[in-house]
Amino acid sequence: MSDDVIDRLAGIGPGSGLDGVRRQRDEARRHAQASFDGLFTPVDASGFSVTERWAVAAFLALLHNQDDAAAFYAEGLAVRDTVLARAVGAEAGRAAARGPFGRFPAGPLSVEDSAGVVHTADAAVLGVLLAAALDHAHMLLFHPRDASPEWLQRLVDAGWTTPAIVTLSQLVAFLSFQIRVVAGFRAMQQAA
Amino acid sequence: MTDPVYAPEGHAIPNVFTRDMLDWLPWLEPMAEAALTPRHMEGLVDASRAKSAYFRLLAHDPEVLGARTRTDKDIFYNTKAGLPRAERELAATATSRLNGCIYCASVHARHATTYAKRGDDVQRLLDEGVGADLGERWNAVVAASVALTEMPMSFGPSHVARLRETGMDDLAIADTIQAASFFNWANRLMLSLGEPAPLPGK
Repeated sequence: MSDDVIDRLAGIGPGSGLDGVRRQRDEARRHAQASFDGLFTPVDASGFSVTERWAVAAFLALLHNQDDAAAFYAEGLAVRDTVLARAVGAEAGRAAARGPFGRFPAGPLSVEDSAGVVHTADAAVLGVLLAAALDHAHMLLFHPRDASPEWLQRLVDAGWTTPAIVTLSQLVAFLSFQIRVVAGFRAMQQAA
Repeated sequence: MTDPVYAPEGHAIPNVFTRDMLDWLPWLEPMAEAALTPRHMEGLVDASRAKSAYFRLLAHDPEVLGARTRTDKDIFYNTKAGLPRAERELAATATSRLNGCIYCASVHARHATTYAKRGDDVQRLLDEGVGADLGERWNAVVAASVALTEMPMSFGPSHVARLRETGMDDLAIADTIQAASFFNWANRLMLSLGEPAPLPGK
């Protein structure tokens, strides 16, 4: 199996049909991996530590109900911090939701407004910084159209800097991409 | 001293899905153009993106921005075989419509219109949502995008089979998956770091 995380999670072996398909979009293949590398082996981790990144990723992956991604990110966190991995696993167990829901700016689309689970993580266990990140990640995963300056202010109040919030947003957004691509490629193999 | 969060005021808030050009206003401070180093320019990929507040905000993490942009460009602009550009843009529009990104939907609905020459169908997707009847081939692309976007995801072999029945080969099906999945990335950046606004002077 290759070092490419999407290949690994989707079970795509060298020389397989899907390997050939992915290599016809080789820039996307290489830069999806470069995105993973940039997030988890960062040049500058000053405002958002690598362990915290794995914690947010494990939380997100567990909430997607995709076994391979959930195991990959949960184990990635556990090798760095077993206590934190248990706490994040318990938090994800309380955070299941359906989406995308949320509110539109008031007007004709208001008839499509819908409500859902808004999660509040346990700051006493996880710490203020990480709990705020998990709440934000949960919002972005399940009700992204509810994002607002108030949501960002909560992160800032918890100690997040602007560059770290940008990286947190990229982490949630990238995982949303990566896990969907893996699910799609898995389905292609099942359909073959 | 904590970093500032901005709540832009004094503009009409776009409250419908539209193909009109929109502006986008950041809630956090983008990097100043004068502060961009070669490392940041490498992340911006195209020097012209230094004029965009959105890309200068993402330039706070230049390695991830650069990888994001290069992934995006190959999924959408590499039209060597596979899914026609129009239908990649359709997947981006449908995903943005479902997640609720009015800004993203406006950009990609314009692209879908340009490449497909089916402006009325694109507008129906914006007006009616992802349940609009756009003919079987487009319905299959929209249904695949929805199944990949909703949580929990419902995308499975039946979606693959439906795409294949519209005449798609493996590469076209993979392009559909990557286009819809990429907009689950893009929507979450645009929605969480700023807001749409009318273009200045409009």
